[in-house]
Amino acid sequence: MEQSIFKYILRYSASQQIFLLCVILAFYPFLFITLDLPKIIVNRAIKSGGAEGPFDVPIFGFEIPVDVEQVTYLLILSFSYLALVFITGGFKYYISVFKGRLGERLLRRLRYQLYSRILRFPTPHFKKISQGELIPMITAEVEPLGGFIGIAFADPVFFGGQLVLIIGYIMLQDWVLGLAALALIPIQGYIIPRLQKKVNALGKQRVQNVRRLADHLGESVSGINEIHANDAAKLELSRFGDRLGTIYDIRYEIYQRKFFIKFINNFIDKLTPFFFFSIGGYLVIQGGLTVGALVAVLNAYKDLASPWKELLMWYQQKEDVRIKYEQVVEQFEPQGMLEEKLQLTEPDGSTSLKGDLLVSNVGLADEDGVRSLDAISFEAPVNGHVAIVGDGGSGKTDLGLVLARLVRQTSGTITIGGIDLGQMPESVTGRRISYVGANVNLQAFSVRDNLLYGLKHRPVRPAEYEGLAESVYKLRLSESAITGNSEDDYKADWVDLEEAQVEDNISLNSRVIEILKLADLDEDVYRFGLRGVVDPEEQPEVAARIMSARVALRERFSDPAVAQLIEPFDADAYNRNASVAENILFGLPVGDVFDLERLAEHAYIREVLEKVGLSDDFLEMGKQVAQTMLELFADLPPGHEFFEQFSFIESDDLPEFQAILGRASRGPDGSSEEDKLQLISLPFKIISARHRLDLIDDQMMQRILEARHMFAENLPENLRDNIAFFDGETYNAAASLQDNILFGKLSYGQAQAENKVGALIGNVVDDLDLREIVMIAGLEFQAGIGGARLSQGQRQKVAIARSLLRQPDLFILNEATASLDAVSQNKIIENVLRASEGKGIVWILNRVPDAEQFSKIVVLKSGRIFETGTFDELSTAGGEFQTLLEVG
Amino acid sequence: MGLQEEVELLRNIPLFAKIEASKLKLLAFTSERLTYAEQDVLFEQGDVGDSAYIIIGGEADIVVNTPGGPLVVATLKQNEIVGEIAILCDVPRTATVRAKTQLTTLRITKDLFFNLVIEFPQIAVEIMRELAHRLEQTTTKLREAVAEAQS
Repeated sequence: MEQSIFKYILRYSASQQIFLLCVILAFYPFLFITLDLPKIIVNRAIKSGGAEGPFDVPIFGFEIPVDVEQVTYLLILSFSYLALVFITGGFKYYISVFKGRLGERLLRRLRYQLYSRILRFPTPHFKKISQGELIPMITAEVEPLGGFIGIAFADPVFFGGQLVLIIGYIMLQDWVLGLAALALIPIQGYIIPRLQKKVNALGKQRVQNVRRLADHLGESVSGINEIHANDAAKLELSRFGDRLGTIYDIRYEIYQRKFFIKFINNFIDKLTPFFFFSIGGYLVIQGGLTVGALVAVLNAYKDLASPWKELLMWYQQKEDVRIKYEQVVEQFEPQGMLEEKLQLTEPDGSTSLKGDLLVSNVGLADEDGVRSLDAISFEAPVNGHVAIVGDGGSGKTDLGLVLARLVRQTSGTITIGGIDLGQMPESVTGRRISYVGANVNLQAFSVRDNLLYGLKHRPVRPAEYEGLAESVYKLRLSESAITGNSEDDYKADWVDLEEAQVEDNISLNSRVIEILKLADLDEDVYRFGLRGVVDPEEQPEVAARIMSARVALRERFSDPAVAQLIEPFDADAYNRNASVAENILFGLPVGDVFDLERLAEHAYIREVLEKVGLSDDFLEMGKQVAQTMLELFADLPPGHEFFEQFSFIESDDLPEFQAILGRASRGPDGSSEEDKLQLISLPFKIISARHRLDLIDDQMMQRILEARHMFAENLPENLRDNIAFFDGETYNAAASLQDNILFGKLSYGQAQAENKVGALIGNVVDDLDLREIVMIAGLEFQAGIGGARLSQGQRQKVAIARSLLRQPDLFILNEATASLDAVSQNKIIENVLRASEGKGIVWILNRVPDAEQFSKIVVLKSGRIFETGTFDELSTAGGEFQTLLEVG
Repeated sequence: MGLQEEVELLRNIPLFAKIEASKLKLLAFTSERLTYAEQDVLFEQGDVGDSAYIIIGGEADIVVNTPGGPLVVATLKQNEIVGEIAILCDVPRTATVRAKTQLTTLRITKDLFFNLVIEFPQIAVEIMRELAHRLEQTTTKLREAVAEAQS
């Protein structure tokens, strides 16, 4: 990258900068006239006593005589002034917008370039630079650059020009005074940069320290468990405070120095008038200068101050930005970056890998020269199945990384079919070779998008735009081109069906399902699917088939042996396994208007209770619930787990409820509205089958049903969208697939009801051939940041499935099943090997006995190859392999 | 069945006979009442134990896996407690318990159980009595078995 910000600006915006300067130069004459015209109006047009024509209208230095009345002349000049105000205002607006756009474009380009550099960093570099440092550099630190880029050349010209103009004017009046005005400028020019230098150095330190602070923050967030587990909060707080202290010291010193510079500047500014008064005054007394000229010079000098200040400000900003730029850029130029063309060029023709994988003399050493791999040489057909085994210190993990070119070896070569791996573009290494490591990071997309991530190398089918959207797209595309950003449309369809060897999206779906089974992920995704939601308007056929499952499941439950496992929703029956709140709502809240936990607070609910005449009963029930809770839980220590599990009232609130009950016992006027609300909200939580409080008898159930009907019938129009009512005949858009099939509540007190019902649902799903539909819904499950909503094992399975989907020629699995249980591991190893017949596999095994299924085994010890051969040869050879095998 | 009835029911169990009503109420409220169909399994031998069960209604078989297949070693009836060994000494379940008939139990979690034992020495004594009783039975059986083997 360019070493200085000015070179960078010139490289990417020279023509625009020149254009901007031209506009500024064109602006000068208008500015001059705007300054000059008032003088003409005052001196010539506004003369009392009536002046005679003809008058002259000055246009750019030419006097054009016009034969008009004095008033007309005044109007002509006044309107010219008005026009000029518009023109100069327009110029200023145009120049400012242009500057802003120039800055934003270059900023966008810079950020893009920095990000693209991160993607090309050699992977070991990420051990040295942390996320906490990179993020503020690209986000906050480069931000001021945008503002400066627009004024980098424009401001010095603009204000410098004004300065020259004014100094010239003073010189014209009197050259001695002119010299006096200029006398201190060289001194300022000498002292200020010297002082500024120290400030700059401090600025540099400040930036570095803020980065370290960000780094520390990031570390604390990701290592929060370690902090808690080691009681290290005090240490961390002290370390953080220490860093803040360092930053404070630096900033304080910067302030002191910065304002000292300001002080010097102001002093020098005021010193010049001292010369004017003394020298100028002397000259006037001696008769060498008129008083008028001295006044004119003093006025001119006043005008000098503002552009001079702007120039100094520009200078300070320049220094600030220069440092920031240099400091950022130097972090983005590590040794051994991947060449851009290796990353972005598309291959021409077939890139499939053929021939032999030839590893010769490969070594890997870290910065300190410690070698983790030494003289590794072996050969295997690229479509063979190779196992690499070794103990923890054997370097096998590093070898896996080197073979996938995620880490570059420090010596030796790796070739595939005679082509150097190091020279292959990523379009080959990232498409024909696939890699899955022990730690898998997923993107914060759905599981489906994560699976398809490996098929998205370039836009394959363009997105369709129409009308306004098309022109917006074109504008954005041209802006991308101007700023050197990617011109690939992110919204296009990137999924390369050919690579997955399928015809269309439908066969892609079946392929994905097939692969899920191979990667032992089908059961997980099925369960995601049951928890997932489907929009019945978008996918009416899915909703319809789920409804058929609901009907089928209902039939199963007509069998008395299982009937008591669930209590189905029935619009005309109270559901004893649902809470009172759920019974009244009889639907699922959409959005947060109706919060099941705080239903009593909603005005409409209170209105319904009032209408049905339940308010007093609920208040009474609330008192009884509170009484029972106090009786049951009052003796337990605060914070006991029973509160969270069983109590309607949190331990902190118990005394509060004691007081509320005390006030209520004083009679109907004892309770405030607030008290009543607190009490009324308690019965909403009762699930009669679970809590067995004997408060909800048949009569009460009937009345709650009345409330349910009242609630639905009178629901105001504006609340309709906030609830999805249960209806036996229609699909509920707010409920999960499972709840839609079940359409009821699991019964409390039925042993293993969940498992039994789960199995019944599974049966129905299989009978109706719905498993695929559920799994496809499950693919929409959001993986969360880094895949955090999935277990480590599930993430590994997703990564393996992703690789299988694109059918690589060489699949490298680096202890890729280590987080899975033994059954899953066996299944996956078998499936992957079977699915990859005729394709290459290099599997760095975490369990040595698995090597039996591979045609070639490479045994590492202490970074060197100890032996190679087949399982039969090695298992009885009495070497390292046999030892590893016997240890387990 | 409501909470109050359950409290009455618990009071009839010797183990809890001397505990005050409010504590029994807490016990009933915080314990899950579970109904099992015939042949349903409460827990399997070798599982990690997290709760004990009091039989409220029906009968349950205690089944031990032996080299010759599963063997029913005892049948539990109303008011008996089962599963307390695994939570008392943190060992895996020593036997499988299976519902012989339709069965209703009160499931007491480990924490609640220890709370009760610590707070009410009577319960501890009752449990000791029960355990000693079982030990005595086991010893008798062992003696018989040894005698049989020798003859």
